[in-house]
Amino acid sequence: MSRHDSLKKVSIIVSKGSFEGVYPGLIMAHGARMEGMEANLFFTFFGLHAIVKKKMNKLKVATVGNPALCVPTPMGMPMPTLLGALPGMSTLATAMMKKEMERLDIPPVGEFIEMIHDAGAGIYACKATVDMFKLKREDFCPQVDKVLTVGEFYQLSAEAQIIFT
Amino acid sequence: MPEKTIAGQIVELDEEGYLKNPVQWTKEIAVEIAKEEGIPELTPAHWRVIEFLQKDFRERGEVPGMRRLHKVGGIPTKELFDLFPGGPIKKAARIGGLPKPASCV
Repeated sequence: MSRHDSLKKVSIIVSKGSFEGVYPGLIMAHGARMEGMEANLFFTFFGLHAIVKKKMNKLKVATVGNPALCVPTPMGMPMPTLLGALPGMSTLATAMMKKEMERLDIPPVGEFIEMIHDAGAGIYACKATVDMFKLKREDFCPQVDKVLTVGEFYQLSAEAQIIFT
Repeated sequence: MPEKTIAGQIVELDEEGYLKNPVQWTKEIAVEIAKEEGIPELTPAHWRVIEFLQKDFRERGEVPGMRRLHKVGGIPTKELFDLFPGGPIKKAARIGGLPKPASCV
């Protein structure tokens, strides 16, 4: 059997807290484990919302400051920023995206984190942000392995490709 | 790698070693491919995964992902990785004579 060489280890940084800011990193971490690669996820700044229990399943699509957002379908007309600012628009856009993702069997954030962790990926929180947001251990979902400093993150990422999202 | 003899049978493989024609698959072939994938013995737990993949593929026309294996097949993700270390669904699909999984999740 011919095999193409692939990466052996990835460290994926999730720095954004919007729905569309969090999912790419999760999908990449999951995909890495499916390929048998070592994978670690590091959540920093607003990306931390993805591992905070009371926030993780309430992430929203950004409907303001997102010129690629279109209505009524993802390839339809660009949505004017003023419309995106109306109450409920973010909720509506998120609901539509969730429906499509469910169809592709992409789980909600909480379940996805659990699945990725069960698949053997490490889940880490950034210490600077944890201190800044005044978060405690009990605020996080149980899959969080550790709160790391940047230095520890680099040590953990030895030999890995680092991907920033 | 168009043709190869596995377990005394000539089978057609694609360039990544997946069986091209599922009809050619036998349990004996599965045992041999499993050895190539570093799994010395297929236990009932392995067969449970392989048979679920095959059944789901017959019904839906695609190799299921980790979530479906867990939710519908009842196979916990941790167990899946213990049984098929390093790329579990790819390995199990290849052993089961199915095509390479084609979805991102």
